[in-house]
Amino acid sequence: MQATPGRGRHLLRTEKTAISPEQMTKIAVVTDLHANREAVEAVFAHARAQGATEWAFLGDFVGYGADPAWVVDQVRELVEAGAAAVCGNHDEAAVIGSTPQMRAEARLVIDWTRAQLEPGQLDFLAALPFQVQRQDILYVHANAFAPSQWEYVQGRADAVRSIHATQCHYTFCGHVHEPRLYHLGATGKAGDFTPTPEMPIPLPGYRQWLVIPGSCGQPRDGNPAACYAMFEPDAQRITYHRVPYDHESAAAKILAAGLPERLAARLAEGI
Amino acid sequence: MAENKQPQQPVQPSGSVKSSGAFASGGTRGKRSGDWKYDIGSMGPPLERGAVVDGFLLEKRLHQGGMASMWRVSRVDAEGNPAPVEGEPPLIMKVPRIKGGEDPATIVGYEVEQMIMPALTGQHVPRYVARGDFTRQPFIVMEHIAGDTLRPRLEHAPLALDEVAEIGIKVATALHDLHRQHVVHLDIKPSNIMFRPDGAAVLVDYGLSRHEHLPDLLEEEFSLPMGTGPYMSPEQVQFIRNDPRSDLFALGVMLYHFTTGERPFGAPSSVRGLRKRLWIDPVPPRALRADCPPWLQEVILKCLEVQPDKRYQTAAQLALDLQQPDQIVLTRRAERMARSSQWTRLKRWFFALGAEPQEAAPSATEVLNRSNIIMAAVDVDNASADLLDQLRETVRRIVLTEPGARLACVSVMRIARIGTDALTDHTGKSLHVKQLVSLKHWARPISKSLNLEDGRLTFHVLEAPDPADALVDFARRNQVDHIVMGARGNSLLRRYLGSVSSTVVAESLCTVTVVRASAAPESDAPAAPAPQRHDTPRDGIS
Repeated sequence: MQATPGRGRHLLRTEKTAISPEQMTKIAVVTDLHANREAVEAVFAHARAQGATEWAFLGDFVGYGADPAWVVDQVRELVEAGAAAVCGNHDEAAVIGSTPQMRAEARLVIDWTRAQLEPGQLDFLAALPFQVQRQDILYVHANAFAPSQWEYVQGRADAVRSIHATQCHYTFCGHVHEPRLYHLGATGKAGDFTPTPEMPIPLPGYRQWLVIPGSCGQPRDGNPAACYAMFEPDAQRITYHRVPYDHESAAAKILAAGLPERLAARLAEGI
Repeated sequence: MAENKQPQQPVQPSGSVKSSGAFASGGTRGKRSGDWKYDIGSMGPPLERGAVVDGFLLEKRLHQGGMASMWRVSRVDAEGNPAPVEGEPPLIMKVPRIKGGEDPATIVGYEVEQMIMPALTGQHVPRYVARGDFTRQPFIVMEHIAGDTLRPRLEHAPLALDEVAEIGIKVATALHDLHRQHVVHLDIKPSNIMFRPDGAAVLVDYGLSRHEHLPDLLEEEFSLPMGTGPYMSPEQVQFIRNDPRSDLFALGVMLYHFTTGERPFGAPSSVRGLRKRLWIDPVPPRALRADCPPWLQEVILKCLEVQPDKRYQTAAQLALDLQQPDQIVLTRRAERMARSSQWTRLKRWFFALGAEPQEAAPSATEVLNRSNIIMAAVDVDNASADLLDQLRETVRRIVLTEPGARLACVSVMRIARIGTDALTDHTGKSLHVKQLVSLKHWARPISKSLNLEDGRLTFHVLEAPDPADALVDFARRNQVDHIVMGARGNSLLRRYLGSVSSTVVAESLCTVTVVRASAAPESDAPAAPAPQRHDTPRDGIS
């Protein structure tokens, strides 16, 4: 049947059909870097090879690891070029300094970290916002319902609470070090999912999604490889990545810096 | 056209949520619903012939069903001129019917299909092309598979036995391909099965499917079992959504229906009715159809086992059996002529009361990995004794490590390229039998030491002019996962006849292990890139 153009026709176009693959936005979302230079280098190289066009950092740039200054510099450079970044609890602690109520180990790490950072680097951390919204995406370190209170999203109930606190369809948060994906449908039912690395997952915009990419600098799900996620807003798709890195060097530096042995040992096991 | 669907996709928007403590119902989002929730398709004008949606021209409505309508579409450019894409098949647009904005079954089913279809490839699924934004106009554009579904054939049941077996082979082959892609279909029935011109089955409608590596949007959605009543597996009735063997149960229901003209479990419309299949077994097909052969009853009843562990473990194993009916090991299933006794049913009913599935179902990957088909290609007439020993030991070790695997022992009987008359005569028959006897003798130590029961070991003598072609073809047709074969040791012979193993390695789609005799005196140039280690003792054979 030959259609006759112009009669009874309606043009419904979505912008995404007009975008060629080269122009597609790819946002590398990296969180909980924790001063782990080796992990950050590996993740950056991987994301660049994947064609990342934008960057977003969900906080906790420092703490635990031996290279806080280097990591802060890297992030600051990308933020100056347009990347999104929010403040994490470790960043806040580095800015404020340790308090007597903290455990001895935490106090040690915070004081050591503070001593490594120059005033400019501390100023950068101090100026970080608790959340950043860009179009339909919310970036926040811990959750959307109380971004500065550092409550963890530990299950569906927390995830739904966070999703309810924002109009955005896509929330990205860190703080929890294990990769996870939560969603809330139009019918009001929430679900959760442990993502399979390297598998593109469609995130259609008629659902609300809460993405936890997992920690780059201190993975804790039993897999030592560094975590990050690549979000493609035009294609409405996310891919969780795992990037192996030289965790032995990272651990050796932690020991050499005199930081707690436990922080070095856990990198090899990803716990 | 739609089959009895209840209680598929139960619509209970205000119903209780199964075990989800997080969120009770849609009500709490009420005041913000205007933002995006249920605001579906309202921006576009009604769909009609000649409309253009996201660059697709609606040419003709092919079907209007309860859940969706189907349109034949073609691509047009911004000005409305035809803009076909090179190499793209004819296209169809599936548009879900959203009734009154409160229809979770359709909404979520559409979401699931939109999520899973782009991840699928191959000839057994319709090629995915595009999807529409839900808030504007929800749709999925995919390849148009011409022709009818299997649904009209139900009207003609009982069908000829050859056709039943043929349907079984084609659908099982398609299912195995789907399961390999980590997807369980969960709504296998005649109206979801179509065929390509070359005969390959195509599985359609992924609205209830489960992808192992994608979020299951249906998991917490409904408090009633999901599926089509007559075809739902017992574990689906119990809310298990990730077991590929559920699809084999549904295929068993289909084969039963096509064989006997009746449904094995009727068409129940209540959960109570659905649960009956946990303890009431169907009337054996042979009681309904006198000419149903025992092997077919064996196959069908094996598919319809209540426990997934007692069914075929993979669709490939089912297809293998249906292609070699004479190799099927008949159990008591094949002999049954009546349902089990009242007493047995009473016992089963008692144990099924409030029964929950015992343990988490294994994933598609797990089931497939532990249920491989291993093919031993044995040149019983020409290979050296050393090589035959080494080959048997290698096969034994592989089967030993894979308790769910099946072993198909294959030998090729060379025949002239033209004129196969010689084989139909007495000499030919006896040669065939002789080769089969040799093959079984070769495998005897394996079957004895490994206790290969219940059809896990089969023998096949292929008659073909070219051994390599015959082996590759057999492996492909039977979806073999691993070929184990010997390398021809005699280099002079290989020089003139060519290497069978190197051809098989080059042309097979699966893993190939090439075995050499342990004490090969001369150092042959390797015929294949997968040499077996040579340092294993050979006295492990009982």
